[in-house]
Amino acid sequence: MSLREKAAITGVGETTYLRGTDRTPLSFQLEASLNAIRDAGLKPTDIDGLIPYGHGAVAEDFITNFGIPDLRFSATTPMGGASCVAAIQAAMAAIAAGICKHVLISLGRTGYSGGRIGTRVQQMPQFRTIGEFEMPLGAIAPAQLYAPMARRHMEIYGTTSRQLAEVAVSTRYHASLQTNATMRTPFGIDDHQASRMISDPLRLLDCSLESDGGAAVVVSAPDVARDLAKRPILVMGVAEGHPDSPSAITQRPDLTTLGLAKAAPKAFAMAGVDRSAIDVAEVYDCFTYIVMCQLEDLGFCKKGEGGGFVENGALRLGGKMPVNTHGGLLSQAHMAGMNHIVELTRQLRGEAQAQVQDAEVGLVTGYGDMGDGAVAIMRRA
Amino acid sequence: MEYDKLVPSPTPDTQPYWTGLQENKLCLQACADCGKVRHYPRPVCDACYSMNAKWIDASGRGTVHSWTITHYAFHPGFKGDLPYILVTVDLAEGVRMNAQVRGIATDDLRVGLPVQVGFDKATDDLTLPVFEKA
Repeated sequence: MSLREKAAITGVGETTYLRGTDRTPLSFQLEASLNAIRDAGLKPTDIDGLIPYGHGAVAEDFITNFGIPDLRFSATTPMGGASCVAAIQAAMAAIAAGICKHVLISLGRTGYSGGRIGTRVQQMPQFRTIGEFEMPLGAIAPAQLYAPMARRHMEIYGTTSRQLAEVAVSTRYHASLQTNATMRTPFGIDDHQASRMISDPLRLLDCSLESDGGAAVVVSAPDVARDLAKRPILVMGVAEGHPDSPSAITQRPDLTTLGLAKAAPKAFAMAGVDRSAIDVAEVYDCFTYIVMCQLEDLGFCKKGEGGGFVENGALRLGGKMPVNTHGGLLSQAHMAGMNHIVELTRQLRGEAQAQVQDAEVGLVTGYGDMGDGAVAIMRRA
Repeated sequence: MEYDKLVPSPTPDTQPYWTGLQENKLCLQACADCGKVRHYPRPVCDACYSMNAKWIDASGRGTVHSWTITHYAFHPGFKGDLPYILVTVDLAEGVRMNAQVRGIATDDLRVGLPVQVGFDKATDDLTLPVFEKA
């Protein structure tokens, strides 16, 4: 059985994104969830499946707060920034099996006001190996763990920091067109080059934000999706992929290939479309390099050609492949990629603030935990 | 002065690596049945699924695979080291490891640069590996 079009995104919701709050991740997660459920035209009690993100909330919180009478499915997909897109696959499998009809995928976090990333990763079980063997050497935060991937790409393929800057510049431009983005002042390649070095070759403007807020989506069975408030966005293809040596980038045979390289061919085959069909792409952007690498792993260009692919504003609205039209993790807010699913849905509905004209088919990726990947290809019904 | 950096919490599977460093030796885990060297240490050989492991003395020789130069302290204990170079090294035994460098300038870094492991006594209970020019 294929999961092709066995579910649709029927509701999306966000909170206001912030840098500074005294609220809890749970409170953000519940607010975003209520917004997504309302957007779909559903009641909270209609939700019969849950995939909450991370440690901010558990299924029990939703049953308690929403009065859900008959929760039939709950799961988590612990893949860091790939969790949200991987959750779409899990939700579809549950829906296609007839277990449930409306799965809520939700996220809330206080990345700005709570513990910062360098502290958070020390507590994650998937970072246990790194914690013993690399953190004592001073390799602690994702910027430091990922930088050698970018450096290797630069040394082998001639990729430049100015090419990485293209990703940051186009993403910020898209954020400048949004009402709900935390960083909206546009900048140019030279501004990127002047930003301070964090872990060479990654500069400050290569790095994503720390943010407070929440985002959520509702995934529904196609037969019930048709009768809801908004035009359903059908999931044509979905897959997750795990890299070789998932616990330690250091030991990965090819530092420049991510788990997404295994997922992408499966998702495109399931969807039955080629890369040329993609009108808009929301690509997980914890760092500029990770966007470029994923564009290669997705098959938009060959391995090593990502630097040339992103040049000359190719990723801007109106460019050859508009990417991260909401401003992404780099400039809108770090919502671990849930905001990317929200944005793709809005693009395909035709209700985005930086709308790609006549966007019919698009894709969204997740990336996390040192190389896990997930991708979903969607179309408007 | 108190050591304020992150310290490892070895397990019975990994302790010989750290004990080796304290004796200024780089020890790597290998399968006691098929001989495949593996790093980081773990319970099962992914070539033959044996759970029998042994420890070998590694040559400590390798070449640079990649690197990063860190300019921001993600942990307060590393503030005094900034900027510091972390290299990822292909060891002669076929596995990789990373470590800070000693006596290698930023301009000298290149893929394939030959390096040799050295030992940095951090505390009475902890010795960390470093890489020096071979």
